[in-house]
Amino acid sequence: MSSQDIPEENLPAEHAGQPGAVSVADEKDPFADPGLPPHEHRIQDIDEQAAKRSERTVALLFTLSMLATVGFIAAFVAIPHDRSIFVFPIGHVSALNFALGLTLGAALFCIGAGAVHWARTLMSDAEIADERHPIEASPEVREKVHADFKQGAKESVLGRRKLIRNTMFGALTLVPLSGVVLLRDLGPLPESKLRHTLWKNGTLLVNMNTNEPLRPSDVAVGSLTFAKPEGLEEHDEEFQTEIAKAALMIVRIQPDNIKDRRELEWSHEGIVAYSKICTHVGCPISLYEQQTHHVLCPCHQSTFDLSDGARVIFGPAGHALPQLRIGVSDEGYLQALGDFAEPVGPAFWERG
Amino acid sequence: MSTASNQEARSRGKAPAGERVADWADGRLGIYSLAKANMRKIFPDHWSFMLGEVCLYSFIIIILTGVYLTLFFHPSMNEVEYHGSYVPLQGQLMSEAFSSTLHISFDVRGGLLVRQIHHWAALIFLAGMFVHMMRVFFTGAFRKPREINWLFGFLLFVLGMFTGFTGYSLPDDLLSGTGVRFMEGAILSVPIVGTYLSFFLFGGEFPGHDFVARFYSVHILLLPGIMLGLVVGHLILVFYHKHTQFAGPGKTEKNVVGMPLLPVYMAKAGGFFFLVFGVIAAIAAVAQINPIWAIGPYRADQVSTGAQPDWYMGFAEGLIRFMPGWEINLWGHTLVLGVFIPLVAFPLVLAAIAVYPFIESWITGDKSEHHILDRPRNAPTRTAFGVAWITIYMITLVGGGNDLWATHLHLSINAVTWFVRIFFFAGPVIAFLVTKRICLGLQRRDREKVLHGRETGIIKRLPHGEFIEVHEPLSQEQLHTLTAHHQYEPAEVGPTVDENGVERKVKGSEKLRAKLSDAYYGEDAQIPKPTVEEYKEITSGHGHH
Repeated sequence: MSSQDIPEENLPAEHAGQPGAVSVADEKDPFADPGLPPHEHRIQDIDEQAAKRSERTVALLFTLSMLATVGFIAAFVAIPHDRSIFVFPIGHVSALNFALGLTLGAALFCIGAGAVHWARTLMSDAEIADERHPIEASPEVREKVHADFKQGAKESVLGRRKLIRNTMFGALTLVPLSGVVLLRDLGPLPESKLRHTLWKNGTLLVNMNTNEPLRPSDVAVGSLTFAKPEGLEEHDEEFQTEIAKAALMIVRIQPDNIKDRRELEWSHEGIVAYSKICTHVGCPISLYEQQTHHVLCPCHQSTFDLSDGARVIFGPAGHALPQLRIGVSDEGYLQALGDFAEPVGPAFWERG
Repeated sequence: MSTASNQEARSRGKAPAGERVADWADGRLGIYSLAKANMRKIFPDHWSFMLGEVCLYSFIIIILTGVYLTLFFHPSMNEVEYHGSYVPLQGQLMSEAFSSTLHISFDVRGGLLVRQIHHWAALIFLAGMFVHMMRVFFTGAFRKPREINWLFGFLLFVLGMFTGFTGYSLPDDLLSGTGVRFMEGAILSVPIVGTYLSFFLFGGEFPGHDFVARFYSVHILLLPGIMLGLVVGHLILVFYHKHTQFAGPGKTEKNVVGMPLLPVYMAKAGGFFFLVFGVIAAIAAVAQINPIWAIGPYRADQVSTGAQPDWYMGFAEGLIRFMPGWEINLWGHTLVLGVFIPLVAFPLVLAAIAVYPFIESWITGDKSEHHILDRPRNAPTRTAFGVAWITIYMITLVGGGNDLWATHLHLSINAVTWFVRIFFFAGPVIAFLVTKRICLGLQRRDREKVLHGRETGIIKRLPHGEFIEVHEPLSQEQLHTLTAHHQYEPAEVGPTVDENGVERKVKGSEKLRAKLSDAYYGEDAQIPKPTVEEYKEITSGHGHH
């Protein structure tokens, strides 16, 4: 092909004849489908120079991709995995992650950009119409299939031999039961496990942070203290499961400010202990507003009034937080005077 | 090359190597018949058809990166003391799942990148499916023969949500553990069997020692296996049905106009895979996601503020946040409506959009195939329903982040929650009415355009002093495109007397259908498209404006 293309000469006839004006061809039905519009040529179709430029662009993109892959390997080898760099405006990031991600991104993106540019500028963009065929089978095929099926069903004698049919259905219905039964040992039965925690009469309240038993003097007005039952250690096999039920929060409220009578009885010098596990869906409650004695669950914003029996004052929780009855041991430490009177955490069917 | 010389070459065993391989494969797999139907398959072009591709490619990226992650991840809840290279957590107790995730993030070169690509691709996959589903919905692409493919896509969206949830729960960090606890609380609310379900899922009481391993097999095998099958089925059906197209000159219900798979779409779609992958890799390089080392390992008695699930679970989170805490205690049992109602509402809201195609086809009674897409304005009631559904989804999403809205916009959390409670019901109604009006307005504008032409913006003064705006008549292509859509007549209840003159009983479903049909296609529900007569009457006279 000649390299001295003159675009005007290469213009196809149909292009020159194409009117830019609008006209309604069909006098009878101006809304009728005029059919596919004539193909409009791109600059690359008529100008070999432009096509060459496109080719170079695509090749450049593919070359950039190769370079980026080399960069990826170089970064993988050269950058220590613990180096951090400052990148504006993101801040301090892992240098390796930053370099690997950008080189990989560039290597992939350039392949994609090259392929799309190639398709858009150099591959034929003439629109082609393909026929659709109805999905439904023709009546003859339909008849044939129905007849075949009836024939097959008849030959199986399934309809006539009722005994075979019924026992087969019975066997096929029962056999999946084995699979269901096999699932039985996925877990133990609930029994009354959700009703009991590690707290019992005489269990000391141990500060979660210091791991020391709490004295009444350790609990200041306005502070929120988290406690666990004495004897439960982080390294215990069942620590997570036990703390998920036994976690306690302790606050001190002026006894005059306690509105609920039972709460006052179950407290010690204004020190009250409540389950830390939200009665909604079981998040640990952690936000305490000392002026109002409200605690808020950060997950779903259930709010409880610790000065009034921990009743729900806002949010989706359905009932008050269970209170733990506390007293003081002979040695002067805070201790539980029994387990929670009701199950802690989210409500369930057997809770009652 | 002529056929004769070609055959000659073949008989002498000198055909090009590629051809010989293809011949060999054809003799065993019949690939030529397959290629005949598909190699030059025509795909129409529209930007919105790319959304499904985004989903497909991000799914592939998730599988590729996911396989890599399984090589390093230990799905175990054994408590270990951390001695890796992330100093702030040195000596801390954590599960092996968490410590191996730290290992991937800090000690495996490129591990953090792959983890971040995996997570970002998952977010994009779900977002892509949501938008793709909306595209299909609003253009009516779900109509016959594509209802089953709509369900395949819907299932992929739902399974994608659960695959995502089980996936981000695997590192056993404080944030995801809180999400798992939330799920356990929701399961406990199920009447009668709730506690049993929870004990069987967790192998006992929460959190137990099993759920990471169980979620792992669900996340990497069970759900992705089903999804892969559905994706393949989805694509086979796209090929089998051939793609839908928008109305336009030369485009009919009986053809598909576009460019061939080989070479144009091979290059465009294949290239697009690399574009999507490249963009996600770059995002993973610059945008940190789920920094579990900053969140810390899970402890059942600890939590952080601003706990949020990934965006696609925010909808479930919202339902549970704005529901009042209703609880009914009777005969020694508790019905936890405050949690159970959201748990039921979650699948119901999703199902509402899934069954829509079947409801619409029942109302129209239309049994024909549809390959030309609707413009959303030309199906006002459907469009309004879709926008109402999105409104519910978005309002609930706001509810799921009520604490963030409150802190970022300095609002009261109670006010945000009450807003969500009210607008969960009022929002979709308002959205429905407004959308329908907008659609009818756009239909009226199309009608104006067809009958009176395009507004040119040129003002002309007539000899007698009147000012008019010059309207330019549309081309036949444009006229056809704007009038190609089909408008249904509202269905009526059939005659109340049968052929013998005996009064027959009109079924309730028949009356309901007539009512709905009137709501869809009655006078107030669509603007009649201009007829040829109207057009001729107006264009034959001169000096109209």
